[in-house]
Amino acid sequence: MKAVLLVAEKEIREGIRNRWVVAATLLLAALALTLAFLGAAPAGRVGAGALEVVVVSLSSLSVFLLPLIALLLSHDAVVGEIERGTLLLLLTYPVARWQVLAGKFLGHVAILGMATLLGYGAAAVALAATGAQVAPAGWWAFACMLGSSVLLGAAFVALGTLASTLVRDRGTAAGIAVGLWLLLVLLWDMGLLGVLVADQGEHLSGGAVDALLLLNPADAYRLFNLAGLADVRMLSGMAALGGESGLTPSLLLAALAAWALLPLGVAAALFSRREL
Amino acid sequence: MAVMKADLHVIELEGVAKRYGAVEAVRDVSFGLPQGARVALVGHNGAGKTTLMKLMLGLIRPSAGSLRVLGEDPAAGVAGVRQRLGWLPENVSFNPALTGREVLRFFARLKGERAAAADELLARVGLAEAARRRVGGYSKGMRQRLGLAQAMLGHPRALLLDEPTTGLDPAVRQGLYEMLATLAGGGTTVLLSSHALEELEGRVERVVILDHGRVVADGNMTELRQLAMLPVRLRLTLAAEAVPDWVDGQARRIGPRLFELSCLQEDKMTLLRRAAGDPRVADLEVLQPTLDELYGHFLRNRAGRGE
Repeated sequence: MKAVLLVAEKEIREGIRNRWVVAATLLLAALALTLAFLGAAPAGRVGAGALEVVVVSLSSLSVFLLPLIALLLSHDAVVGEIERGTLLLLLTYPVARWQVLAGKFLGHVAILGMATLLGYGAAAVALAATGAQVAPAGWWAFACMLGSSVLLGAAFVALGTLASTLVRDRGTAAGIAVGLWLLLVLLWDMGLLGVLVADQGEHLSGGAVDALLLLNPADAYRLFNLAGLADVRMLSGMAALGGESGLTPSLLLAALAAWALLPLGVAAALFSRREL
Repeated sequence: MAVMKADLHVIELEGVAKRYGAVEAVRDVSFGLPQGARVALVGHNGAGKTTLMKLMLGLIRPSAGSLRVLGEDPAAGVAGVRQRLGWLPENVSFNPALTGREVLRFFARLKGERAAAADELLARVGLAEAARRRVGGYSKGMRQRLGLAQAMLGHPRALLLDEPTTGLDPAVRQGLYEMLATLAGGGTTVLLSSHALEELEGRVERVVILDHGRVVADGNMTELRQLAMLPVRLRLTLAAEAVPDWVDGQARRIGPRLFELSCLQEDKMTLLRRAAGDPRVADLEVLQPTLDELYGHFLRNRAGRGE
């Protein structure tokens, strides 16, 4: 475990040194603040706490942005170090290969977590400081959004790490990362929608649609945040969906966690067998 | 008896081969390195030096044969073995964003060493002043020295150095060989690969010459000279223009009053006595075959056998 933490710490240090942390934090904070103040003004009259509105708009944004940042961070993790020639030396030290992967994963999730907490947290603090009335349920929704955002990031860090262990050069890893992002974040829902329209509800059962949604970490995240909490559901226009679906918040969170652990496990198994 | 031998050898290879597809990088290599030995692995590019080191480090597995490093199979990745093994890769590189000190402290902690041990080693390789600067701004020589410091962490029982002197200026190179002598004196087995044969003279006790993945010669300098049967050269400076008749005809004139004679190793003393007894000889110099010549000889030999 000590070796895992050492590798993670080194990864975080590099992230801070390379300005990854600063850049990601500033980007997320800027977007969160913009949404909090510009997006909340018209909704303030509706009666919902302003923070719930922020949760809806921020999670819609996170679902695009966080996977992108996560994949950018992680697609380089293994193949980049191989190309720079730094990995071989590390592997002659008393550290197992799975420990190197786990350390890098933890480090990248920590970088992403820091950026998310600081960036989005800044928006919440700013809202509270300007005197917005926030109900406890609003804070709870916001906290859930923060936590699940980190989990979403972790899922895509794991996918990026897996891509990084599979290929022999960085360009391919970057290509796979972009492909994964396009597929899971943009194309999946369009495809699903297309299938549903074409099917007219004849063959696909509700259970099959649920399964298809769980097969994509971005959808699990979206559903968890937009349909999972009662107050938010009203605002997000997902009231109908949330009521009928068999996808409970805990099931959605479990799916996200599985998406983080499964690719990482596969990556570790493949990496330990690979000759370098 | 076999057990005794294995215990004596820090690194032991038996019939080791490594194939990459159709390419045979290493073929049927067997040798053992005892504790405290300083051994050079010599061969041209692609002769299999780096592959052998990677095998000893357990980074790759042999296609045939067996290896023992500190008594264990290196590919098993036993932490205790890796802790006591140092490696300097050819063209060593580090993450450019970190400082020299951060890099070395990270490696030290992975080997279970104190941070202070890392700082001491930095001073020992002359990087104390650059310790707080980023590795990205280091020169090739400085990176090489950081690589050396990293290899010496954790009091290694075996040090594998792949082309350690490339990019080092002569003063640092001198310092490196002195450091290696001290380490070997303390019981560390040092295996280094090199192109620069002339600088290895007197620095290593034993030379293993590799060619196309095979060991073509293995022994100390004296043994290799005897094996190669290369002639010894005697350089004579004469006191006057008159050339003694035992020199005339036998020798090659290479300057005014300067002659060079070649003779077999066993005839050397006879010739030396004669030269020393002749007042017409003002000075004499014995030139043993250099490692370069030995290397050339063994490679030619191999080519002559049609391989």
